[in-house]
Amino acid sequence: MSTFSTLSDAIARFVRPGHRVALEGFTHLIPFAAGHEIIRQGLTDLTLVRMTPDLLYDQMIGSGCARKLVFSWGGNPGVGSLHRLRDAVERGWPRPLEIEEHSHSAMAHAYAAGAAGMPCAFFRGYLGSDLAKVNPNIKFITCPFTGERLASVPAHRPDVTIVHAQKADRSGNVLLEGIIGVQKEAVLAARAAIVTVEEIVDRFEGLGTNAVILPSWTVNAIVAVPGGAHPSYAHGYYARDNAFYVAWDAISRDRDSFQRWIAEYVMTARPGTFAERVRAAATPRPA
Amino acid sequence: MTGAPYTAAEMMTVAAARALRNDDICFVGIGLPSAACNLARLTHAPRLTLVYESGTLETKPTVLPLSIGDGELCETALTTVSVPEMFQYWLQGGRISVGFLGGAQIDRFGNLNSTVIGPYHKPKVRLPGSGGATEIATGCQRIYVVMRHNPRAFVQTLAFVTSLGHGVTGRERREMGIATEGPVLVVTDRCTMTPDADSKEFEVVSLHPGVTREQVRENTGWDIRFAAQVAETPAPDDNELRALRDLNARTSEAHGTVMTE
Repeated sequence: MSTFSTLSDAIARFVRPGHRVALEGFTHLIPFAAGHEIIRQGLTDLTLVRMTPDLLYDQMIGSGCARKLVFSWGGNPGVGSLHRLRDAVERGWPRPLEIEEHSHSAMAHAYAAGAAGMPCAFFRGYLGSDLAKVNPNIKFITCPFTGERLASVPAHRPDVTIVHAQKADRSGNVLLEGIIGVQKEAVLAARAAIVTVEEIVDRFEGLGTNAVILPSWTVNAIVAVPGGAHPSYAHGYYARDNAFYVAWDAISRDRDSFQRWIAEYVMTARPGTFAERVRAAATPRPA
Repeated sequence: MTGAPYTAAEMMTVAAARALRNDDICFVGIGLPSAACNLARLTHAPRLTLVYESGTLETKPTVLPLSIGDGELCETALTTVSVPEMFQYWLQGGRISVGFLGGAQIDRFGNLNSTVIGPYHKPKVRLPGSGGATEIATGCQRIYVVMRHNPRAFVQTLAFVTSLGHGVTGRERREMGIATEGPVLVVTDRCTMTPDADSKEFEVVSLHPGVTREQVRENTGWDIRFAAQVAETPAPDDNELRALRDLNARTSEAHGTVMTE
C-alpha cells in the first residue's frame, strides 16, 4: 500500500548506494525533483536506467551519482549533446561511467518483460546493428516454432523506479495522462516504486473507463511535489521549459559552471522551489 | 517552378516531403524528417498518417516539435499509446509503411551511424545513440533518409552501424532474410539518390538546380555513382515554399516565445 511521504524520507527509505534505479518519463513527466533529492543525499554507485537520460541523468552523472548507465538515446532533445554524459564517457569525469547501450525497442521490451515477471524479453530487433557487438546483454535466440532469429535482452528489474504523475487520490492511487511512456511498466517491474505528483485530490473525477491508473498497492511512496517535472512538463499543468533545455547546453558544457549550477539550484534548493520555477518559466519577460 | 529564391535547406525539405503519399503510415524521426513529413501533410498529402515514437498515432502538429515527446504531438493525435505498445504492436507488428530517418553518418549502402565517431570504447565523439532508429530501419516497409550532404556525413566506412541499410556489402539485408525493403531514398541538400536494384549501392538520380556533379563528388566520401539518366530536381514551387515558411515561422514563434521567457 502506498503511503504519503516527504521527498527526503521517500528517497532515504527506498534508495541505497549501489541500487539499480529507473527514473522514467518519455520527455514528459520526468521526475526532476526526485533526482535532485538523490543528488542532495549523496547517493553513489547507482546503476541508472532510463531510455533517454535527458538533463536529469546528465545532472546526476555529473554529480557523481552513477557507476553505470543503461540507456537508448543520450542527447538533449532538440538541442544537441548531453555534455556531462559525454565528459563521463569520453574522459571519465567525475568518475568513469560504464554504459550498457540499447535501442528504444529493446528498452521498452525489457521494461514490459520486467512488469510481466519474465527473466528476459525477446523481439525482432538489432538485426545488422553493431550494438549487439558491443553490448554482451544483447543475445539472439531461435523461435522454437518458426526458426526465426530474434533478439533477447534481460528484463529490467530496478530496485527502485521513480516516476512523476499528475494526480494521486486520498487512497494512494496514481493517475497518469498524456504521453505515458514506459512508466506503468517501469513501476510494475520494480521492487519498490516512488511517485511524485502535481497534486493530491480527494478522488479522480471525470475519467473514462480506461484511464492509466497505478493502484495504491503497486506504489510504495507518494509525494506531492508541484512542478516536480520541471523543466520537463506535466500535461494539463505546465508546458515544457524549452528555454531551459536550450540554456542547459551552455551551463553543462563547462565543469565549473555545471558545479556552480548544482550548488545553487540543487544542493541549496528544496522540493518546494519547483513550483516557483514553473511559475517563473510561465511568466513572459518584458520585451 | 517559379524562379522564386529558396535555400538549399528548403530544397532538401521539399524534395524529401514529395516522396510521401496520402496512404503512407509514416514513423517520423525528429529534426529534418519531422519537417519534411509535416510539409507533406500540409501540401500534397493531407491524409498522410504520422506517428512518433512517443506513442502518438495520427498526430497533426501545427508547429514542429522540439522534442519527440512535445505536448503538441499528444494534443493533436488521434490517440496516444504507451512506448512499449508503440514498438511492439505498431512498429514490430508491421503497421508502418515508411520510416523517415536522419543520422550523423551514412555509407554507400544506406547504413546509418548515430552512435559514435572513433572506437566505441574510446570514442572521439559520443553521439546520442539509436533511440528508435535500429528497429525502425528493419521494421518499416521502406526507409527514406534525409541528411545534409558533406564529407563528414557521407563516408566510405561507418565508425559504427547503428541502423542497418543494405549491409556493408549491400547483400546482408537479403542474406538475413529481412522482409522489409530498407532504405530506398536518400535526400540531401544537393541531390536525391536511390539504390541500384542489384548492387543496392546508392546513386544520384537527380541534382538540385544549380548543383554540379563535381560538388556532389567533393562532398561524398566514396566514389559516388550517377544514374544513367540524372534529372534536375524540380525547384520548390510557390505553394511548397509558402507552406514550409509558414510552418517554420509558426514553429519559431511558438518555441521562440518560450525560449525568450
